[in-house]
Amino acid sequence: MVDAVPLDSPFAGAAACPWWHMRLAADVATLWAMLETGLTDRATQGRNLDELVLAVARERSRPAFGALFGHFAPRMKSYLMRLGTDAGQAEELVQEVMLLVWNRAETFDPAQASASTWVFTIARNKRIDVIRRERRPEFDPNDPALVPQAAEAADRAIEAGQETARLRAAIGALPEEQAELLRLAYFDDKPHSVISAERGIPLGTVKSRLRLALDRLRRLLREPV
Amino acid sequence: MIEPKYHPGEEILLDYADGSLAEPAALVVATHLTFCPWCRRQVAELEAIGGALLEDEAPEPLSPECLSAMMARLDQGSCPEPEAARPLRLPSIDLLGVPQPLRSYLDAPLSALDWRPVARGMEEVDLGLGRAPVRARLLRLRAGAVVPRHTHCGLEMNLVLAGGYHDQRGSYRLGDLVVDDDSVDHRPVAERGNGCVCLNVTDAPLQMTGGIRRFITQRLRW
Repeated sequence: MVDAVPLDSPFAGAAACPWWHMRLAADVATLWAMLETGLTDRATQGRNLDELVLAVARERSRPAFGALFGHFAPRMKSYLMRLGTDAGQAEELVQEVMLLVWNRAETFDPAQASASTWVFTIARNKRIDVIRRERRPEFDPNDPALVPQAAEAADRAIEAGQETARLRAAIGALPEEQAELLRLAYFDDKPHSVISAERGIPLGTVKSRLRLALDRLRRLLREPV
Repeated sequence: MIEPKYHPGEEILLDYADGSLAEPAALVVATHLTFCPWCRRQVAELEAIGGALLEDEAPEPLSPECLSAMMARLDQGSCPEPEAARPLRLPSIDLLGVPQPLRSYLDAPLSALDWRPVARGMEEVDLGLGRAPVRARLLRLRAGAVVPRHTHCGLEMNLVLAGGYHDQRGSYRLGDLVVDDDSVDHRPVAERGNGCVCLNVTDAPLQMTGGIRRFITQRLRW
């Protein structure tokens, strides 16, 4: 059944299909033009990020992937460079993360986490793997030893998809010194004691500001809309 | 099933969620998560905050060749990893009771590991994780065994995997994660019935503080 896979299917072998290479070149040219004009960001706003990941999962959609790349790649590059990765290596890592996004799109569950949160965790784990050369230990949701959540009432108050937007608004409304510490905690691999020494802020103040910020964001996540 | 009563605390959960916690401590936290829906939720929330912060990052322009390199890689690696191609590593049936992710760090059931005696009634298996002075190990205490009174130069994390133990502050059972620092001077005692198996990570050697051992430690220092 050689013909079972249509030629224009993303599953068609590239080697057997020069037309596929032409499409690839066209993809790159179109996407690049979109990136340069900032179109992907506008396209992304129009189309929800979660839906784009789902489109990659369902249809192996290259335009959807391109829009995700246009949105996340420059942000991840910035995140990785803050953590001390040089520009070249950051781009290399960004590509590896986006390759995982492409390959694992089927495992994305919008009820569990928003696309941004999902991509954040993939980028975090990839960085641990490549830069620190460590494994990332994680629990397995299918582990027979897993103690399940007791009550349905413990369900999230808001949908994962809305979470990111609400959190961003809340982070924007934090006092600047709290937002700054939050960013340092996530995007600088420094212990609180080092942050304290560098900023000339007592360690207790660093911890209490961070706690205030986290408490506020947590409360927001647990409040019904 | 009973949920744990002792948790790692917000600071450690944040370090786990933002990826700054080193592997040995992350292994203890992640294994606690298997037992603890409450901490799983905290971590999910902290990850959502990470997602929002990523979203807020000012985009860093990519080099012109980044996208074409990406699309070329997509073409090479575009097939999702087929299930069958992944190495099929079924855990031995005896290992199934060991929670993940700890299970993936063991090559034999707990009873068949190479337990080495460290003190009276106490044995250990070093997991060989992390760089000295960090140590990750499994500890097994015989029923009623007493760990000599000690304090910690750094941080100690102890996760109960079976049985339980107590010290002057409380008693600890399955899934409890106890974090001790140098302010804690304690003398843990294993449960009378079953003894105790723990996953233990320290970032500095223990310091003995009780009676004759304090005397010895001091003599050694002088």
